Amino acid sequence: MWKGDYFFLLRSLILKDFRTRYRNMSLGILWSLVNPLVMMGVMTFVFTKIYPLSASQNYPVFVLCGLVPFNFFSLAWANGTTSIIDNAQLIKRLPVPRETLPISSVLGNAVHLAIQVALLLVAALVLGAGINRYWLWLPLLWACELIFVLGCALLCSALDVYVRDMRYVVESACLVLFWLVPIFYDISRVRPQFADIYQFNPIAALVLALRNIILEGKAPRAILLSKLFFVSFFMLGLGWVVFRRLNRRFYDYL
Amino acid sequence: MDAIAFASVSKTFPMNAQRLLARGYLSRFLKRGEKQRFVALRNITFQIPPGQTVGVVGSNGAGKSTLLSLVAGLCPPDEGTVTVHGRVAPLLQLGAGFHPDLTGAENLQLNAALLGFSATKTAESYERIVEFAGIGPFIDQPLRTYSSGMSMRLAFSIAIHVEPDILIIDEVLAVGDQAFQAKCMDKILEFKEQGKTLLFVSHSTGAVQKLCERALWLDHGALLMDGEAAEVAAAYEGGARVKCMP
Repeated sequence: MWKGDYFFLLRSLILKDFRTRYRNMSLGILWSLVNPLVMMGVMTFVFTKIYPLSASQNYPVFVLCGLVPFNFFSLAWANGTTSIIDNAQLIKRLPVPRETLPISSVLGNAVHLAIQVALLLVAALVLGAGINRYWLWLPLLWACELIFVLGCALLCSALDVYVRDMRYVVESACLVLFWLVPIFYDISRVRPQFADIYQFNPIAALVLALRNIILEGKAPRAILLSKLFFVSFFMLGLGWVVFRRLNRRFYDYL
Repeated sequence: MDAIAFASVSKTFPMNAQRLLARGYLSRFLKRGEKQRFVALRNITFQIPPGQTVGVVGSNGAGKSTLLSLVAGLCPPDEGTVTVHGRVAPLLQLGAGFHPDLTGAENLQLNAALLGFSATKTAESYERIVEFAGIGPFIDQPLRTYSSGMSMRLAFSIAIHVEPDILIIDEVLAVGDQAFQAKCMDKILEFKEQGKTLLFVSHSTGAVQKLCERALWLDHGALLMDGEAAEVAAAYEGGARVKCMP
């Protein structure tokens, strides 16, 4: 139906998100640095001075390894989920490929991810975690997270059209996941039988792999990586199939 | 080959939007009720050859907008087939896809992308689009500072410059001032000469007669009349008057 320039469309949609979000703010995109820095400071204070939780020598980097992937996941998932409803006007009036909306929403958030990843790496260097050859794994890990979140956003944005409670489900799920992803605590505190289940959560798997690489300077275990790959691509496939299927009736329900 | 062809097309919408909520499922299960659906279009058949300008008239809720949505490919029909050949530029609403906080130029780029233009094409046509819209220095101002006539002019200007084969216009022309309407008319006539197709919805039978050679009259989802614009317009006005009488 729609024959056009797919990438120009995605780029324009991402630009629109950025321009509308930051036009009237003095700090603009720097905000995406403020949040993780503040959280890092607060959590480091609480969990080293009040409740000493972790054996890690480098708690700020330790907690940042959890916060950065989690922040991206929760924000991109939540924004992606509402992207179809938020653009209902557009969908009802123009025959654009609808999957571009959740996709551009997630990619727009990925720019923040890139900034926060830079922050994480700089923090690791400054706080003495040091660079090592396993850093080569990092792009692959972030790509996995991106794929996983794209799948989640496609799936939930389509469902959100039919079941408008979806956004609250996502919000609550993010709150729960904050505790169930080892962000501020060590996976070694989790009993082994639970720890295996943890690894099926790609965000948890990502956090663990990041700590392996950045803090411990060793390669993540193959089983952990394969779970991460498998679940991420499965999610993308599922999201795509469901989105394609529900897409046909969007007009009727918006 | 027809530009637009409808073959026994029907389109219904779910009546009860809540039927997908848990509550809706429960009550449907308990009542074993059938799904209630609103019939927006009923068994519509017509063909439009390329280069024809066709008006669509009908009272509120007759199914005009649904018909345009089907042509624009925004939703699939429930029954029958809709065939459309060529690139469609739908102007279904004043500035659909425009964002009030973006400037005219930024909205132009976004809208062109939404309509399927490439980056290079947009850059090439930029001057012409701005020129035709005639909004001058306002192009760098946020859209919320525009009058409704100005944003309409920008929207129309983008839509005709993306070189569509089929242009769909739903009422929006009514907003522009006289001078711009005349400009639009010229452009639409030029369009016609290039063998392009126009589908035009209006409550004003005058505009339909002026622009279109053919008209469709929709009433409660059925195609009541399909013929020469003047004839249909006269019949429609007559019919409307009859309905108003006690």
